[in-house]
Amino acid sequence: MQEQAIIIKGFRDGLLVTLDPNEVWQELVDHLANRIDENSTFYTSGGGRVTLDVGARPVTRHELGSINAMLDRRGLMLVSVMTESSTTLDAAAALDVRANLTNQAVTPASAAKEIEISSEEDGSSGVMIRKTLRGGRTVRSQGHVVIWGDVNPGAEIIAAGDIIVWGRLRGNVHAGANGDESAIVCALDMMPTQLRIGGYITVAPADNRRKPRPETAFIRNRQIVVEAWK
Amino acid sequence: MSCKVVTITSGKGGVGKTTTTANLGVALAQLGKKVVMIDADIGLRNLDIVMGLESRIVYDLVDLVEGRAKLRQAMIRHKQFPDLFLIPSAQSRDKMAVSPADMVQITDQLRLEMDFVLIDSPAGIERGFRNAVAPADEILIVTNPEVSAVRDADRIIGLLEASKKSQPRLILNRVKADMVKKGEMLSPEDVVDLLSIKLIGIVPEDENVVPSSNAGEPVTMMANSRAGAAYKEIARRLTGEDVPLTSIEEKQGFMKRMSRLFGGK
Repeated sequence: MQEQAIIIKGFRDGLLVTLDPNEVWQELVDHLANRIDENSTFYTSGGGRVTLDVGARPVTRHELGSINAMLDRRGLMLVSVMTESSTTLDAAAALDVRANLTNQAVTPASAAKEIEISSEEDGSSGVMIRKTLRGGRTVRSQGHVVIWGDVNPGAEIIAAGDIIVWGRLRGNVHAGANGDESAIVCALDMMPTQLRIGGYITVAPADNRRKPRPETAFIRNRQIVVEAWK
Repeated sequence: MSCKVVTITSGKGGVGKTTTTANLGVALAQLGKKVVMIDADIGLRNLDIVMGLESRIVYDLVDLVEGRAKLRQAMIRHKQFPDLFLIPSAQSRDKMAVSPADMVQITDQLRLEMDFVLIDSPAGIERGFRNAVAPADEILIVTNPEVSAVRDADRIIGLLEASKKSQPRLILNRVKADMVKKGEMLSPEDVVDLLSIKLIGIVPEDENVVPSSNAGEPVTMMANSRAGAAYKEIARRLTGEDVPLTSIEEKQGFMKRMSRLFGGK
């Protein structure tokens, strides 16, 4: 394997490891393990936080899990993944590791329309997650997001499209994050810490102990309105 | 009986991990089990103080990991319970001195002779936490019925789920039944509702706990402490016994709701 297949640099309070997009994954992992072991005090002394840049390669959850385990056995922690592939993004989300899309970032503050909404007959794409999002998790999507489970306080969903929570919404959500003000947020129990649609923001009213009921939030007359499902 | 490695963790600091580890150690020893407690909070050790063993520390966990001491040399035997041991933490190093692999190696050796290894995790979600959970067969999350503590517990449970550790169980510590009734404190139901994990015990607020820590004699060693009674029940549940909830609160309604939370009757 060429020396340039793995590049390791100091980065923030840890390391940036750039992996060649074409080499065989397991060989890269083994090679990286050897490099770390040859000089372990050097690599673990800086704080041990590793950012992985995998470029355009689509990395599966299993592959990311194997490099994560290898690093962990050496006292290093995978804290973030830089990638151009949404497969890798999903793999990182599944392992609860932060990931950044380096070719197209989702910028919640941006006002420009970056996606076209497909025709109503065809529908438009999104991601589906079948578990409760616990505090500390962030889900990002250029499409819609559907959660079958709760969204706990401290969890965050940022979607260019709609957000549907088949459960209790208690965390932060931002629908229409690229500026789409026709986006909606639905939940079976709407108690978000913070709710944003496009450039608008609101919080749940303070009354706890009221019965949960399905509601939809949307923009009408330049403000966020919440209506019960009838 | 094969050995069980149990890690006690929380996320939030100050919720009662060390107190819980010490008391569960004593309770399990009272049941005749062979127990080693390991203080995994490198740099801020506490378990030795709470157990009244600080004057007897010669070797600590870091000495063990770095080969300056053998296993038996680092294990301090409790005077009253000859099958209860403590491996203390180091005061002057930090969490990077020990790795998850080191912890697994040490517990693998202990498994040969012990019934239980209890690991007192530090607060937080970084290296110290990962060291403590690496060898665990079972993880107990300690939390208080208080918003910040529950938020941190949720985060910890999320991290454990992501790394495929087995389902942790919850100890709700420092519950004041009268405040819950008045709606001034989160109820156990509110907490379990949010965290969605099984409860292994509820420990009531007990003013005996602080003087006991100061004296180095965990409350479970006292005859009549409410917290001690709760810890004894949790210890029995840890051994696999099916212990129904005893009354920490006389009111019928409260008891009925509690038993539902334990996943049964």
